[in-house]
Amino acid sequence: MNRVPMEGKVLNENARVAAELRERFCEHRVLVVNLISSPGSGKTTLLEKTLEALPRASRVAVLTGDLQTENDANRLKRYGFPVKQIVTGGTCHLDARMIEKHIADWDLSQLDMLIVENVGNLVCPSSYDLGEAAKIVLLSVTEGEDKPLKYPSIFFKSELMVLTKTDLLPYVPFDADAAIANARRVHPEMEVVKVSCLGGDGLGEWMSWLERRKQTFLSTLSQPVG
Amino acid sequence: MHEMGIANSILSGVAKELQRRPGTRAVKVGVRIGELAGIDPDALSFAFEALTLDTDFAGLAIDIEYVAPRSRCRECSHEFEVRNYELLCPACGSLSTERISGDELEFKYLEIEESDSDETPCAEPQVAGSEVAELRTAESQARELEVGEK
Repeated sequence: MNRVPMEGKVLNENARVAAELRERFCEHRVLVVNLISSPGSGKTTLLEKTLEALPRASRVAVLTGDLQTENDANRLKRYGFPVKQIVTGGTCHLDARMIEKHIADWDLSQLDMLIVENVGNLVCPSSYDLGEAAKIVLLSVTEGEDKPLKYPSIFFKSELMVLTKTDLLPYVPFDADAAIANARRVHPEMEVVKVSCLGGDGLGEWMSWLERRKQTFLSTLSQPVG
Repeated sequence: MHEMGIANSILSGVAKELQRRPGTRAVKVGVRIGELAGIDPDALSFAFEALTLDTDFAGLAIDIEYVAPRSRCRECSHEFEVRNYELLCPACGSLSTERISGDELEFKYLEIEESDSDETPCAEPQVAGSEVAELRTAESQARELEVGEK
């Protein structure tokens, strides 16, 4: 029997499409962020607050993924920015090809930022690169503070953890410091923003983070390669 | 549960490798999966078996190497395997360490033998949302090595 070496990533096809997308996003200077969380952690609500807070002239678009329905896109369209729903029909994550297909008729040169809301799922979306500059994970205070340890993959790959629903902290036995410490055990460089979409606390910090991330993204583009 | 899609991508990779090796059939495929890749090895083995059942790939074994994350110390450059998310550098005690791997999802090897029939299974497995893995084949071929009967 012969054993022959095999090389390459198992998800090479997704990686290839994602690399093409990343190149296009860089060429057009579009910051792409990929929001990932369990169902019900508040991705769509955070997006609503984000779009509401953005100046009308902002060149921002949104792709939102779900197994079924156009509900989220309808919620988000009210803010006047381009929004498209990706209905996966049962697939538990977005992949690079879905992004490629859904941005096909958008003129990327007219955008500065694209926010992708992944399917609510803490596991599968972490395996699929969408060509984004940054993954952002949301954790709500009604979940367990040990979730970063139970689902390390997505916390390992995310730059920022947004702790949501902080207005509920007085009513739930959630230790925010422990949750943050757990996230940093998996990913020591993890940045953290705490927000309450209901009360508005922390939204300013979240918007500043996005703006800062955009500047970092643009500055990496202007640096010579190598 | 995306292990079915992952298993399908592995089979696509095997099918592609076999196309380059007429007259052989695959016996075992080796993959390396990081603990931070978000893949459950048992679910993957189960999905792999379910997908290959009653196909040309029936009996094809999968060997999953499940690897712990590794970190590097920023102070002394020591590289170490991470157990239980430990940040501390075992060499110098610094807490300033960075994770350098842990989310691997890659091919390692393929065990092949001469096939009894002239027919080489080369059909792409059919699962929705499938991925076709491409392999750096020329290099693999050049480094082909013999490990003998097992």
